[in-house]
Amino acid sequence: MRSADRPLSPHLQIYRWQLTSVLSILHRAAGVALSAGAVLLVWWLVAAASGPDAYDGVADFLGSRFGQLLLFGWTLSLFYHLCNGIRHLVWDTVHGLDLKSTYVGGWLVVGATGVLTLIAWIAGISSWTS
Amino acid sequence: MAVARMRSPLGRALGLGSAKEGVEHWWLQRITAVALVPLSLWFVIAIIRLVGADVDTVADWVGRPLPAILLVLLLIATFWHAALGLQVVIEDYVHAELTKLGLVIVVRLACFALAVAGIFAVLSMAVGMSS
Repeated sequence: MRSADRPLSPHLQIYRWQLTSVLSILHRAAGVALSAGAVLLVWWLVAAASGPDAYDGVADFLGSRFGQLLLFGWTLSLFYHLCNGIRHLVWDTVHGLDLKSTYVGGWLVVGATGVLTLIAWIAGISSWTS
Repeated sequence: MAVARMRSPLGRALGLGSAKEGVEHWWLQRITAVALVPLSLWFVIAIIRLVGADVDTVADWVGRPLPAILLVLLLIATFWHAALGLQVVIEDYVHAELTKLGLVIVVRLACFALAVAGIFAVLSMAVGMSS
């Protein structure tokens, strides 16, 4: 049997999702999203070094509805990957690996991500309007 | 342990395992992760204060010693961490050998190029080369 024909695990159609596995795949998705966001960071820096015309292009894009959506996704991904990354670093020290701790830590990460994203956007909007 | 006895003394001393690279990849992923915790938090706070700023304000801020140094460190840690992470994602999901190899090479080169571009931009603003 060719490797492509073999069934893959987990079987997503019948898989019962749990917080732990959802957070696991989200960590990866956020990491990939942040890699794309890092391209934006370089574009911003190169534009700032290139002068007003180039910089206005980035600023207009980031200020647009789509740009704002990207920035919000970037903020959410950053705080999630950051918080969950710290959860991973704790696991690396062989702490918090029991079932209860993985759930407590998981919900803590979800809460912290929401709070930090909210704080960042409230601060960003007040910085914009001031 | 039986497993430990299966390995030759040289193999145990080198600690490189079957992949011949030991824990290098895993370890660098952690080191860059630890570096990115303060760096990315600093960056978010710094960027919030620059919302709506014009190019001169931004270039002036980037060019100051502390922001310039921290931005260069952020770029190095980010793209190193990204290259390692994206490589694992590719290796997990792409099973065709040539495609996998090609993608890993492209990701590595792109991360390196983007890091160089970002660092050059920061340095040019720091030494006043920018227009």
